[in-house]
Amino acid sequence: MTPLRVSIFAAIAAILLLLVILELIRSRRLQERYALLWVMTAVVLLIFALWRDGLNVLASTVGIAYPPSALFLLTGVFILVVLLHYSTAISELAERNLMLAQRIALLEQKLKERESQSAGPS
Amino acid sequence: MRAVAETLPAARRDRVVAVRRVAIVPALNEAPTIARVVQEIRDVDPGFEILVIDDGSTDGTQAEAERVGALVARLPYNVGIGGAVQTGYQYARDHGFQVAVQVDGDGQHDAAELARLLEPIADGRADMVIGSRFLDVGEYRASFARRLGIHLLAGFVTLITRQRMTDPTSGFRAVNRRGIVLFAADYPHDYPEAEANVVASRHKLRIVEVPVAMRERAAGRSSITAPRSLYYMIKVMLALFISVFRRYPAPAEER
Repeated sequence: MTPLRVSIFAAIAAILLLLVILELIRSRRLQERYALLWVMTAVVLLIFALWRDGLNVLASTVGIAYPPSALFLLTGVFILVVLLHYSTAISELAERNLMLAQRIALLEQKLKERESQSAGPS
Repeated sequence: MRAVAETLPAARRDRVVAVRRVAIVPALNEAPTIARVVQEIRDVDPGFEILVIDDGSTDGTQAEAERVGALVARLPYNVGIGGAVQTGYQYARDHGFQVAVQVDGDGQHDAAELARLLEPIADGRADMVIGSRFLDVGEYRASFARRLGIHLLAGFVTLITRQRMTDPTSGFRAVNRRGIVLFAADYPHDYPEAEANVVASRHKLRIVEVPVAMRERAAGRSSITAPRSLYYMIKVMLALFISVFRRYPAPAEER
């Protein structure tokens, strides 16, 4: 069985995490699309912190003798997923950054060409 | 301009108020339909400047739009409908337009309905007008799940704005200068329509819904496909929920 203290502590931690995430979205420091995974993490942790039978079932299903360890496993899995999501997000940003730089370089070149044309021999 | 308009009878007011107006047409891979959309707007009201925002299309959308004489702003990559539309509002703001309408590039919005959209703004009754499919004109056919989703969102938006909203996902809308300035500075990302209504409402814009008929998509596919709709609903619900607690700076002023 999961000790009651573990459940209480885990629930408080999950609620704090949820509040921090929601505040970050509210103050516009975190966009919804990047917040969704975090919200899911916090909600799932909260569910298994409060639903003690569920945690026991989950633990025995995957062969974990000490149910609170299943909470750690869940946390670990979600952190991995979030990190992977970040890696793809960063890759996309890098790609877009490159495209922007290239576009600006070509625009600048075009602008200079125009300027030298209009300032050229009359 | 409003002062002049108020002294005029309603019939002439329209022509005076709706002077500088731009049609913002977001388009992603709409080469088959974009030319017709542009021409329809022009046929209905030649006074519109038509700005197509090409959101990183990989087909001939830009060339098609330019062929029929539309201005085209091409985004260097796909930024999503929210960022695309906001680009249009920034253009409208920077070029001093008094009225902007949003018309989808896929042809589902009927340009013939534009007059209905502009009327409340011309009368000075509204800052933003939304064309709704669910105010009893024509019949909007969509899957049950989709209509359920829209009605669910409508309920939420109605609750938050304390104003009846029947079609919060409609992208067929018009705003006056206040709306242009506001949306140029603050427009939601990803799936923006429902949230934009809340933003406008929180900034004390007067919102009016008018009934419009919409067509089925002439070509292409909706950006909201089945597996994405769940993400869509969750994302928009979260954004709407957060918006209740968000503080919005003082209402945008006309500039």
